[in-house]
Order: sequence, then C-alpha cells, then structure tokens
Amino acid sequence: MAIAVFVIFVLLVLAVSTHAGRRARSVGGYFVANSSIHWGVNGVAFAGGYLSVASFLGIAGLIAFFGYDGFLYSIGFLAGWIVALFVIAEPMKRMGTFTFPDALNRNFSHPGIQLAAGLSVLVVSLFYLVPQMVGAGVLVEPLLGIPHFWGVIIVGSVVIVLVAGGGMTSTTYVQFFNGGLLLVFATVLTVAVLARGISPADRLVEEGAGGPESYRYQEVAVELDGNDVRADLPGARTVGRHAIVDSNTGAESVVFYRVSRLLPASADGDGGYTAEIKGRTPYFETGTAEQRGWEIEQIDGESFVRIEDWWRLMPSAGGADRLLETQYRAVQPDGSVLVNGAPAGAANRLRQMGGVSQIPEEYGEATGPVGPLRLLSVLSDRSTVVQRPKTAVFSTEAGERVTIHYQEPTEGAEFMRPGLMFPLEAREGEPAVTTLLNRLNFISLMLALFLGTSALPHILIRYYTVPSAAAARKSTIVAIAGIGLFYVLTMYLGVGALTGGALNPETSNMSAPLLARSFGEVLFAVISGIAFTTVLATVSGLIMAASGAVAHDLMGNILRREFSDKAKVLSGRLVAVVVGVVGIVLGISFRGMNVSFMVGWAFAVAASANLPALLFMLFWKKTTAQGIIASILVGIVSAVGLILLSPDMWARYGLDPAGAPMPINQPGIVSIPLSLIVLVAVSLATAGKGEKSEAPAAIP
Amino acid sequence: MAPHVSAAEEAFERRKSGIGIRMTLIYSVIYAGFVVLSVFRPSWMGGRALLGLNLAIAYGLGLILVAIIFALVYNQLCRVPSSGSPRAAQSATGPDTGKQGG
Repeated sequence: MAIAVFVIFVLLVLAVSTHAGRRARSVGGYFVANSSIHWGVNGVAFAGGYLSVASFLGIAGLIAFFGYDGFLYSIGFLAGWIVALFVIAEPMKRMGTFTFPDALNRNFSHPGIQLAAGLSVLVVSLFYLVPQMVGAGVLVEPLLGIPHFWGVIIVGSVVIVLVAGGGMTSTTYVQFFNGGLLLVFATVLTVAVLARGISPADRLVEEGAGGPESYRYQEVAVELDGNDVRADLPGARTVGRHAIVDSNTGAESVVFYRVSRLLPASADGDGGYTAEIKGRTPYFETGTAEQRGWEIEQIDGESFVRIEDWWRLMPSAGGADRLLETQYRAVQPDGSVLVNGAPAGAANRLRQMGGVSQIPEEYGEATGPVGPLRLLSVLSDRSTVVQRPKTAVFSTEAGERVTIHYQEPTEGAEFMRPGLMFPLEAREGEPAVTTLLNRLNFISLMLALFLGTSALPHILIRYYTVPSAAAARKSTIVAIAGIGLFYVLTMYLGVGALTGGALNPETSNMSAPLLARSFGEVLFAVISGIAFTTVLATVSGLIMAASGAVAHDLMGNILRREFSDKAKVLSGRLVAVVVGVVGIVLGISFRGMNVSFMVGWAFAVAASANLPALLFMLFWKKTTAQGIIASILVGIVSAVGLILLSPDMWARYGLDPAGAPMPINQPGIVSIPLSLIVLVAVSLATAGKGEKSEAPAAIP
Repeated sequence: MAPHVSAAEEAFERRKSGIGIRMTLIYSVIYAGFVVLSVFRPSWMGGRALLGLNLAIAYGLGLILVAIIFALVYNQLCRVPSSGSPRAAQSATGPDTGKQGG
C-alpha cells in the first residue's frame, strides 16, 4: 500500500509539473509564477515549503529521543517568522522583481551585490538541500525496501523534472498541496496519540497496540561476582564486558555484559537450524568453527544453538541486580554482520524501542484517552519514567565493531525540560570551560534559528509570487498560523512515537512514520507519502531559488552581457538539473546525520550571509554597496568555514572531535556578529567613495 | 530608483514599519528571556507553571501562540484606513481587503 501511495504522489507531482510547464515559458512565468498566486495559496505554500523533513521527520525524532530539546527547534523555527513578517516581507516585495538580490541591489545598481547575493543563495540552498536529500533516503528505504542511495536518486530525479519542467508555478502548487496535507494529517496523528493516551510499554506490546515491530524487552535476575555475572538464562556464561566511562568523573556510568547462552533450535531440513530471538527467526548455518558455522548442542534430545548477546547491568542497592535486554549490531572482522547474536537478514532485524515504564499512580495501569495539556502534564510528572533509546559504539579486542542500542530510564520531569541533548547545566566534575561551550553552542543555535528564517532563499523568493506587498504580508501571516499550529503538533508526534514504543533505534528520523504505523498500515502509507511530498516541496523551492540566482543574478553579471528571456528560462532549467544532481550526491554522502541538526547549519549560513545585509540596507542610511558585498562574503566564508572546522565535522573526517579548531558546532554566535561588524566597518570606510543607499529603503 | 510615492503613503508605510520594528523588539525580548532561562536556570524550566504544565512547555507553547497573536494584531494595524486613505497607498501596497489576482 505504501508503494501505491508513493506512486500516486509521484504521478500527481508530474501531472502538476506538466500542466504548470505551459505557464512557465516566460521569465516571469518560470521564476515567479507571473506574480499571480493568491495570498492564501501562497501562505499555505510558504508553510508547505518551509515545513521540511527537518520539521516533520527531524523534530519529531529529536523530541522522541531527547524530549524537550527537540521542541526547541520548533520554537526557534517559528520565532524566526516574526522577523520575516514584521521587517522583511513587504519591503522585499516592493523592492524586488524576481529574486532577493534584486531587492538588495535596488538602491545601488551595483553588479557586485547581485553577484555576492546570488552566490549566497546558491550556498545556502545547497546547505539546506543536503538534509532534505538525506531525509528522502531515510524515508524511501523502509517505504520501498530499496537502499538509501536509490531513495535519494529517485527523489532528486522527480524534483528535477518538477522544477525544470514547471518552474515556480508547479513548485507553488506542490508546496500548497504538501502544506495542506501536513496540517491535516499531523492533526489526525495527534488526535490518535491523545486517544491512545499513555500506557506502559509492556501493556502496549501485550495488547498489540504498539504496532508490528514493537517488542517486550526482557529483564533477568543476575548475581554479580567481581566482573563476572551469573545470569538467570539457559546455559549462560559471561564472555565479555564493556563500560561507558563518564569523561568528567571517570566512573563507569553504564555497564554491558556479553552473555553466551543457549536458544532452543529447530532443524529446518536444509542442514541448518532456526531459533527464535526477540520474535525473529534467524537461520543458523551449521558447520565447524573454521567454516564459521554455528555449533548445535544436543541436550536431552533437544537441539540448542549457542549465541552471544549484550545485556545492560542495572545494579540495585537492595541487592536485586538485574540484566536488561539490549539490541546490538556487530560487524565482524570478515565483514559479516550479526544482529542480536544471530546472522543479520530479512528474518533478523532490529526491533523498535522506546516506551513508558511508569506513570503517576493516580492513573492506574494506563491513562486512557487524554486531552492535549493533560498528556504533556502526565509526561512531565516526576513519577513518570520513559525509556529512551541510546546507543553505545565500540570495538572488541577481536576486532568486532559493536553498536549496542539500549533503553535509558529517564524521569518525565527531566525528559520534558531542556538538557538531554544540550547539556546546559554544569555536571559533576565537568570543567567550567565545557559548560561554557555547551551554553554558547545552544545560544548560537537559537540565534541562528531566530535570524535565519527570514534570510532563507526559498522563503525570500515566495514574496515575488504574489501581486502586492499587502499580499506578501498576508501570506506570511497565513504561514505563521499554519506553521505555528504544525510545530505545536510536532510535540505530540515526538512524544507519541516514544510512548508508543515506535522508535527505530538506528535513526531518529523515522519516528513520525513509525508512529503512524503503530496505528495501522493505511496511516503509515499516507504519512510516508506526505513525508515524500515534504521533501519534494522543500527541495523544489530550494532548487528554484538556486536556479533564479544563477540565471537571473550570476550569469549576466559574470559574463557581462544581457540575456534574452528565452535564454534565462533555458539556463534556469539547466541550473535546476545541475543543482539537483549535486544535491543527490551530497544527500548520499551525508547519510546518517539528523536532518534537523544539519538544517541548523543552513540557518546559520543564511543568517550570517543575508540578514545583516538585508536589515542594514533597509534601516541604515550609511550602508554602501561595498559594505553589503563584504558582509555577504564574510558571512558565507565565516559560517561555512566554522562549520567545516567544528567538532561534528571533525568526527565526520574520522578525527577526534575534541581536537577540532572550532570548539562548538553552531557558528552563528561568531559569524552573524562578524558579518554585521564588517558591514558597518566597510560602509563607514567607503562612505562617499562609491554607491550608497539613497534612503532607508524600507520605504522606497 | 524608487517609484514616486505620496506623503500620505509614505507616512502610512513609516507607521507600519515602526509598528513592525517595535513588535519585533518585544518578541525578541520574550524569546531572549526563554533562551536565558534555558541556559542559566534550566532547573526552573522543570517547575510547574500553569495548567499543569511545566515552565519549559508553557513558555515554549506561549512563544508559538504569541507569534500567531502578534501576526494577527499586526495585520489589523496595517489595514489601510477606510476613510482618508490615499488611493495611491492602495495601488502601491495592493488592496488590503479585496481579493487578489490569481
């Protein structure tokens, strides 16, 4: 069914593109839909283009895994629209024709501004494009059962056809369609989450209400004997141990034991055996140890296969220590992969995780249906305990690369306030400088989100698709209402995915679709289809912005000649193809990173490169063309440069993140003020020497 | 070059611009308060605030709600006055109450 919905969405998109293509032959038709879009449609399209996979998949995933800290993105993403509405919307429409560099250059007529701003549009579009493409791959992989890179290629190809064929008109209607669907179905999912209420995870599994992939994780009694454990499991013996050590205190915070144990096995008549583990039935090929086959033991006429899996020790002050079942994936030195101690494959995949293990006593075993405020209130209660999936990665002495997914019991009060993803409070033994850097990182992100929205190229181009400045303002208000509502709903999507035990431990990005699956395959198919249109809508807007920047702002200025309308439209279409292909390549390269996190970078680049130039051009008389150019270029170089030198990128290069030259991941706190200072300094230095603004251009 | 605008239109645009900047500054202060509390007093954010919600959720949802309310108020303040409004203002900024093209 999911495939059918996917195909229907693709056909609809292609039909829209074909139809719109007829109106996209002129420059105005291709780049700004002849400025004839109704403000209501434009407002919903704003929402449909802005609510990217970062909002839909990324934020829901971050909330599910990290609680309130994920919601901070929702708050920042929405707050940025205040700047867009009150300061940017109407002047942008009044001053520009096709692109935001047009408006920026209105009072200067300086080719350098057009060049610098066009370059900025290209860079920001690419930064924003990468997480969207990563999200596309994440989505299509489980939806169609094809590899991540094919997902990226399929989505990229559809978008290229959409934009190159139908230009801004098809982009607008795909975004409108997406915005409407997102709002309606996020509401449907939220109502379903509220109706289900909160039940302990075990109860959900027993009742089959957690979806087909949910699982009841075992816990067994254990006796500790030094570093050895005697677990209450058939034929159990300890064969390995791994501890996560707190870098500040040096204490072991989490301890895992590798337990060798026996599982009842059944001969499958093909020389091999199957055994049940976590409700899966992997196939064990028999043979000697040299052949890397599995040894079968016969006990009292019954067959058993010996497997090894990892358990988490939960020490108890009262002496009732326990081992909690985890999940793990291990890549052997020969490249073969084990999941939970058995050969990986379609018959043996990881299970979903997450859930609630305790709710306030007054609710008994389950809350039953709850209202929206009550749900949040119960979750943030001190006596509520949620089970968050966490991951530990390490190598064994035998050269095995192990990734353990385990559940961390977390008090509701802690889960529903800042701190799990952004550690803002000083922790025991933590150096003061680390606390300071964590706080600066957070402030930097919130600054970039607030200032970045109004400077995003795919948002700025939408001011030119409406006929007037008043329509630009009104469509922005529609956008704020729609986007604000959606971001409130993201909270319920995220906590619903966690409380429903619907989390894929390997990727937070799948939380919203898996939440939908816990309510049935139909909703899963529809939500997955919508997530797909979400990628199309945002990516088409970004490619459209990049296409306009090259064809309208860069080409003529670099080649120093005027191009005909026909040539501009043709080059716009060609650029759409090239940017789409680049996006595909980058989307494949950045697989595995959380999409919201990467979008935070795009906001920082946009806020650094574009916003100081926009604001000062509008409100500071002494702004000069040279000041604007310098500010844009310094903004791009500093923001991108600091990202490339950040700890996260250091880890991506395979280096120690602690050795990264830039100590925090988010560059905005440095690059935004730097861009602003450069603008003021260069403007003052060049005042009277060249072109300068004739007046504060907010009122042209 | 900027198109010719009447004095009345310019005054109207200046008024709108002033309202916009003031509302942005007010919202910025509320937003900054949220960031400062999260950074320097995260434990306060876990305390009960109103309607059974903790301060973090109440403040966060409040920021979203205030943004929507501000947007609607701003739109109301930006409507072209029904009497004494220069026609030029209508033509330059677009009709504020009528249907748009497209």
